[in-house]
Amino acid sequence: MGLSTPASGTKITAGPRPLADPDGIRAPHPVAVEAGTEVRSSSLWRDAIRRLLRNRLAVAGGVVIVLLCLIAIFADVLAPRSYTKTNFERLNEAPTRDYPLGTDQLGRDLLSRMIYGAQVSMLVGLGAQIIIVAIGVPIGAVSGYLGGRADLYITRFIDVMYAFPRLLFVILVMSMLGAGLMNIFIAIGLTGWVGIARQVRAQVLAIKEKEFVDAARGLGAGFARLLSRHILPNALTPIVVAVTFGIPEAIFTEAALSFIGVGINPPTPSWGQMVGEGQQYIRSYWHLCVFPSIAIAVTMLAFTFFGDGVRDALDPKMK
Amino acid sequence: MVQYVVARLLWLIPTILAMALVTFLVMHATPGSPLDPIAEGANPLPPEAQKVLAKHYGLDKPLWHQFGIFVAKAARGDFGFSFVYKTRTVAEILRETFPISLFLGSMALALAVAGGLTLGILAAVYQNRGWDYVSVSLATVGVAVPNFVLAVFLIILFSFVIPLFPTGGWDSPSNWVLPTVTLAAAPMGIIARFTRASMLEVIRADYTLTARAKGLSEAPVIFKHALKNALIPVITLLGPMFAAVGTGSFFVESIFRVPGMGRFFVQSMTGRDYPMIMAVVLTYGVFLAIMNLAVDLAYGALDPRIRY
Repeated sequence: MGLSTPASGTKITAGPRPLADPDGIRAPHPVAVEAGTEVRSSSLWRDAIRRLLRNRLAVAGGVVIVLLCLIAIFADVLAPRSYTKTNFERLNEAPTRDYPLGTDQLGRDLLSRMIYGAQVSMLVGLGAQIIIVAIGVPIGAVSGYLGGRADLYITRFIDVMYAFPRLLFVILVMSMLGAGLMNIFIAIGLTGWVGIARQVRAQVLAIKEKEFVDAARGLGAGFARLLSRHILPNALTPIVVAVTFGIPEAIFTEAALSFIGVGINPPTPSWGQMVGEGQQYIRSYWHLCVFPSIAIAVTMLAFTFFGDGVRDALDPKMK
Repeated sequence: MVQYVVARLLWLIPTILAMALVTFLVMHATPGSPLDPIAEGANPLPPEAQKVLAKHYGLDKPLWHQFGIFVAKAARGDFGFSFVYKTRTVAEILRETFPISLFLGSMALALAVAGGLTLGILAAVYQNRGWDYVSVSLATVGVAVPNFVLAVFLIILFSFVIPLFPTGGWDSPSNWVLPTVTLAAAPMGIIARFTRASMLEVIRADYTLTARAKGLSEAPVIFKHALKNALIPVITLLGPMFAAVGTGSFFVESIFRVPGMGRFFVQSMTGRDYPMIMAVVLTYGVFLAIMNLAVDLAYGALDPRIRY
């Protein structure tokens, strides 16, 4: 399955930015090359979306993700009770009609806590990616673009960071910063940018030698403009793939940290924390850890299927 | 070849030093000190006692000096006494617990390789048929579901619903099954996915066609001609795999109550047990670096196109 190249006429109007000079596309002179890549990339994205929609598992994953986001956004409306409201007369109760998923060791409604737990997972998944992209992309781009000594130092640093036991380092940073949502963003961001920086560097290295970059430089484009307008948009595919796989990884990391007890501060509920506390009572009160476990498993699977779909859609050769 | 190995081994030294330095700095930048623990149940110490203790453990010296002392001692395998288990040296504790983790990790890795290769080959040979879907789904579940979540499911299924294995402990081989399976799941999924992709590529290669054309039956084509070549990229995976098994072991060990070194990952950090933190991070880092080197060498041995 190769990249299909449908008639270019429809592509031009479908591009993200309407072109001022559609004739430029057919003309081979350097000025038009930027426009040419613009058209190619827009058809790449359209093809990718079409391929993604044909992948049933990816669509199923996407639907679950949208549902989870809705649950997270409308948690206040959906949750039958407050996640902090305790009822000491009904501790560790198995699912009943009053409490559809039972109650925890403080008599709090498990269903409500699960619904609010979705907020933490979704926030961490997206928030950490923003930090990772904000750190990783500029470092990788500058390293690849500058080359020479700067590149050497940066790649050496990246290599050392890569050799670091990742989760261990996150735990270390978390025990330094203390538990809390913001600190989880920072800890995951500080350790997670390495992979994306590597990818971006490799892409920039390849793209910066292309003629259209020379052309843009010849027209007087400066360093920042070259990177942001000409090189990075063409290196977008691996960034998108890295981000779609980074989200479940961040969700996993948060769950793992909260499982240990250095993640989210109680009483804010987090699925990982609920599994961590619940698994100690697994023999007597199975429901405490089983429901949050199912939530984590479903979320991770949804993001993985969706991520696989995105990767296959953007890079058909991988399949 | 010898030159390459020596160069790689020499590169280990700055890498490990850098790792030690970063850990050391982050550790000391952490608010809270071992002398005035923020851990639960700790009593505040009077300032004089803190001063004496700081002197005893060398914590009163400037940071660069402390780091120097640490490096000099660590080079001789001496990590000092644990701050938490005050009567035992860190080396002693690790000597006791590391082999257990290593044993669990090796079993998990062996299972992961055997299972992953089987799933991957089945998927590639029966591409887009029943077996492919089964093994791809299994692999995806293995990769996606965190091991502490998998542990919960396995305990419910195989300890409660069908009481086959105990929920934890480490005394008899029946204790080993669930932790090994849990720990193996993620690497098995990764190996299966890579083997599938790599096999699919090789099966379509010209030399496989040639093997078929000369009348070989399916088994020798798959195992002698295709698998041998498909394995090469899979080998590179084993490096990161050790990392997955290593960090994963904390959760698995704590859920199944395995007396390995995994629990010190977290205990030492929350307890500000400086010597233990350094020893655990470095043991892990050195182990990982050596495994990576071994994997690179194996890679070169398998693929004659690679020269050092």
